[in-house]
Amino acid sequence: MSLPDLKMGSVALPEGVCIRFENVRKAFGKKVVLDGLDLDIRRGEALVLMGPSGTGKSVTLRHAIGLMQCDSGKVIVEGHDMSKIASDDLFALRRHMGYLFQEGALINWLSVAENVALPLVENTDMSRSEIDERVREKLDLVHLPQVWDELPGEISGGMKKRVGLARALITEPQIIMYDEPNAGLDPEISSSINTLMHEVSETLGITSIIITHLVSCVRAVADRVIMLDKGKVIADMPPDEFLSTDLPRVQRFLGTDPD
Amino acid sequence: MNLASGFWKLAGEVGFAVQLFFAAVMRLTHIPKRRVAIAEQLYGAGNKVLHVVFLVAFVMGMVISLQTGIVLAQYGQQDQIGIVVAVTMAREMGPFITAIILAATVASAIAAEIGTMAVSDELAALEVLSVDRISYLIMPRVLAIAIMAPLLTIFADSVGIVGGAFVARSQLGVSPALYFDSAIDSLQTPAQLIALPKDVYGGLLKSVVFGVTIAVIACASGLRARGGALGVGNATRGAVRDSIIAIIILNYFITWLFYQA
Repeated sequence: MSLPDLKMGSVALPEGVCIRFENVRKAFGKKVVLDGLDLDIRRGEALVLMGPSGTGKSVTLRHAIGLMQCDSGKVIVEGHDMSKIASDDLFALRRHMGYLFQEGALINWLSVAENVALPLVENTDMSRSEIDERVREKLDLVHLPQVWDELPGEISGGMKKRVGLARALITEPQIIMYDEPNAGLDPEISSSINTLMHEVSETLGITSIIITHLVSCVRAVADRVIMLDKGKVIADMPPDEFLSTDLPRVQRFLGTDPD
Repeated sequence: MNLASGFWKLAGEVGFAVQLFFAAVMRLTHIPKRRVAIAEQLYGAGNKVLHVVFLVAFVMGMVISLQTGIVLAQYGQQDQIGIVVAVTMAREMGPFITAIILAATVASAIAAEIGTMAVSDELAALEVLSVDRISYLIMPRVLAIAIMAPLLTIFADSVGIVGGAFVARSQLGVSPALYFDSAIDSLQTPAQLIALPKDVYGGLLKSVVFGVTIAVIACASGLRARGGALGVGNATRGAVRDSIIAIIILNYFITWLFYQA
């Protein structure tokens, strides 16, 4: 049994939109993190989410993949209302989505190859040789064919992220989310991760949502940039426009404020 | 924290652990798929504690033999020491010390392992990858400890009885032949439902309940860990503390069920 085709939900979305946030509100205790977030994400685009720490970027991604539920509003992914989705449908939907966690989140007792193979081993009846072939292909894609048997504790932070990306891509998802893929990496590795994300977005045509604080990542990967502040979208524009905008809040965030 | 909020917090934790137990039971059909993980957990649980169980049970058998032997000797009844040690180990001390050792070693290890996964997003990653966390992480651990606890208890009972024999021979002058004959005779009382001596199977049933309790509490503590290294530390401490409290309370009720009801 291979992975099943994506089953679309019954909630109608405008043509080309795969994820929609409708007036989403989320608070942790008294701290409001998302405050009426409205956002459409279009199929095939590379969307970069920027904003100061604590403005709800990771929380936004976690809503989109069903790791969190909003307090009010709606999150609709491929026609599924994430607050009402049945657990079987959520499992099936997630098999078509990839998520790269900040530190890679590799299972520490599994080798690199076993980590990458995990979603296929768990969710399909593919033979060992088919799985190994797919794992090899994805490790080649992230330029890490040589770490097959290594444990996560034996590889560098940048390698962990690339292995995490290979694992996220193993099910050939239609949507992939990156939570600060460049965090804690030196400029050279960071640049290679940017190139990799660009390749994935361009060659595989996957919808990419990327959280980053780096302008270099915006330049290398983004088709569109969203800036969140206090749980709301305050800028939504193409990367060139974003980097040269005269919106004071964006300029202050980017450090291009003339003052 | 006032009494009411403390009560609701406790009720929430117990409810979560009970829910986790039933979720693990529902995944027992996944045993063939998880056989390697179960074998690894069995080996890990046994290997980590075998030497500790040996040492503690041996010394415990010696202490029981000495303490009761001195009293029995005052009445010229030291020949009965084998009965006292065997029954005490089988009914009470074997399962209890095994459970306490498992709580201190295996429960803390499980809570730390799963807690670390929780705070480093590994559990979230499993969820995102559509991996059933109960089947993948919890069921193998609960089942392995439920199997390993009675095996270790049989080992503890045996070693404790042998420990008692040393003291009986060296300090009370009771021959090993007499000691072991009376010890084995004392464990022959048949049970009504199961073809095993009541003291033996009562102790083994206790150990299964203790094992499941320890594993479920440890897994629940790990899954609820939040907030980095501090959260993992709290989860580990909570797992050991709560397991020991649960063992002591359950011990009373199971003893009551077997010997008083």
